Amino acid sequence: MTDSITKIQNCRLIRDGQIVHDDVLFIQSGKIVDAQSHFYRMGSKPSKIIDAQGLIIAPGYIDVQINGAFGVDFSNWVGEEKMRENIDIVAKELLRFGCTSFAPTIVSSSPEIYHKVLPLLKPRKGNKNNGSEILGAHVEGPFICQDKSGAHPKELLVDAPKGFADIARVYGITETENPSIRIITVAPELEGIQNLFKKFIELGMTVSIGHSCALVEQAERAVESGARFITHLFNAMQQFHHRDPGIIGLLSTTHLSRPYYGLICDGIHVHPNSVKLAYSAHPSGVVLVTDAVGAMGLPPGEYKIGTAKIRKIDDYRVEVIDNGRLAGSVVSISECVRNFKKFTGCSIVEAVEAATKHPAELLGIENRKGTLSYGADADLIFLDDDLNVIRCFISGEEVDIGST
Amino acid sequence: MRLIIRKDYDEVSEHMASYIRDRILEFNPTEERPFVLGLPTGSSPVGVYKNLVKYYRNNQLSFRNVVTFNMDEYVGLPRDHPESYHSFMWNHFFKHIDILPQNVHLLDGNAEDLDMECVRYEESIKKAGGIELFLGGIGPDGHIAFNEPGSSLTSRTRVKTLAYDTILANSRFFGNDINKVPRMALTVGVGTVMEAREVAIIITGAHKALALAKCIEEGVNHMWTVSAIQLHQKALIACDEDATLELHVKTVKYFMNIEKVQKELVGMQNVGLQGNIKRYATPDVSPTRKEFYGVPFKK
Repeated sequence: MTDSITKIQNCRLIRDGQIVHDDVLFIQSGKIVDAQSHFYRMGSKPSKIIDAQGLIIAPGYIDVQINGAFGVDFSNWVGEEKMRENIDIVAKELLRFGCTSFAPTIVSSSPEIYHKVLPLLKPRKGNKNNGSEILGAHVEGPFICQDKSGAHPKELLVDAPKGFADIARVYGITETENPSIRIITVAPELEGIQNLFKKFIELGMTVSIGHSCALVEQAERAVESGARFITHLFNAMQQFHHRDPGIIGLLSTTHLSRPYYGLICDGIHVHPNSVKLAYSAHPSGVVLVTDAVGAMGLPPGEYKIGTAKIRKIDDYRVEVIDNGRLAGSVVSISECVRNFKKFTGCSIVEAVEAATKHPAELLGIENRKGTLSYGADADLIFLDDDLNVIRCFISGEEVDIGST
Repeated sequence: MRLIIRKDYDEVSEHMASYIRDRILEFNPTEERPFVLGLPTGSSPVGVYKNLVKYYRNNQLSFRNVVTFNMDEYVGLPRDHPESYHSFMWNHFFKHIDILPQNVHLLDGNAEDLDMECVRYEESIKKAGGIELFLGGIGPDGHIAFNEPGSSLTSRTRVKTLAYDTILANSRFFGNDINKVPRMALTVGVGTVMEAREVAIIITGAHKALALAKCIEEGVNHMWTVSAIQLHQKALIACDEDATLELHVKTVKYFMNIEKVQKELVGMQNVGLQGNIKRYATPDVSPTRKEFYGVPFKK
């Protein structure tokens, strides 16, 4: 019952940290397969040949922090049916930008929202029908610092004085069951929260620190307790000070394994020079995130996201109409990758890995996602030399992304 | 024997690849009557494979009805090991073209009974109707496949222990660790290669100049196993200028002259692919006869 094999030829592959020229890639049953072994052992041959016309083939992008897009806001409850519909819209449309896996992110909300939304954000396989793969939810808050709330509503931020009982109550999970949460962003200085990291990890969550006033010592303790990620580095945290570099100081810690760190690479949330600074300090830890809001993917104009009225000015900037503040990012992940290459002067491979290999490693799914290794999901993007996404495959099937 | 001399490795590769292409096209293989091609590994044929892949991509050539037999494979090296000859053939050639898996033959260096594997291999060559064209390269010591100096010139497919020099030379492919280099290989014999209806050898580089001289200017000798080619009726050697360094000027001139005569006096349209003269051209036909003799031709 061997499924048919598709051969993609005349391509450049991003594999093992380099571009392999004039290579071929074989996919079967939605996976990348070791065609050599198939050829010699089973005598199987491809039934379909795709000419990539010299384009670069990379694994699909992974976005571990995205609040919404295409008019949809994951934190805004609009009824179950509409909510499901919305999630599908985003999952499908994200493929246009080469994003084949994402962690829908919920900003600090009331317990009722979590109880209703989280069950809809369980991991879901990506394919032509579902669209981009849902990796599980990223809950950003509400266990974060009042002084670094960013755009999160302060009145919803909470502590966890009763330990895990508070966590369970807010998110609607139990000591043994966590069907949806993949990443949890907390402020490590909240009392008692670090003692829960072990429990979070047991429940399959990746612990991230952010929206926090933590000093470097607290941040390092958080890493010792199991934190592996920094939520949007530079944004919503203690700024770099040479006598106490705070969370940012984790990038150059010497005695701990350094955490991965998210960077909103729209050129606005983090200055290009700061992007390069972070990257120079810890190149293998960078994870590009969009932190996009509902206006991403929509034409410029006025929109309502949650309760706030916003204006999207161009492809980079949205502001709250009332006060002119930044209202989140509207950048796409493919734009982030292009920006990142421009800002840091890194190679194509390094730029792509910041949105593929690194986020996959962060979530411990590097054998399945973010790689073109044998056995990985055949989530592929075809890129030109300017890193524009020309074609997109998910689980081995091509989707029409109407590229220009 | 024909000796074709070209400027460098690239020109030699292109010449040999286009020759193989034309031979296959002229043969016009079908499923029932495939073209049986013997193939080598190593640095010599890489350029030929590159060109053949190019022809396939340009739709000049299909390998659908081509059957291949490879010369050799290490013993005990996993088939998927990056240095196995299975991997070499896959990466340089097979994965790029439309050859059918069942038409590809390589020796199994992990067979339980290695002797039986060799016998089986010879049989499958026979069953395929013998090899139409065996492409090969040579080592600096004049070896073909793993038939190192001293191998019988009538040898058949068998297990061979590698010479120390070869193991040393190959260690560069195994992390410079001589202990990781396989010590044995399965290889077709000199006799197996010479039994092919045509043998085509690529020899390039100054480091192979001595081997070329030994193989074609001196006697047939098991210390330079490719010298057995002297006894073959349809043999072709393509070499670059560097490889001619140890040849006599006379030898080089002789073979260059043959090409010149064919081109300028006989006319290439009258010469078969394998160097045979299809018909004798009258001097009138040749426009460049004046140039060739330096004097006008008189009727």
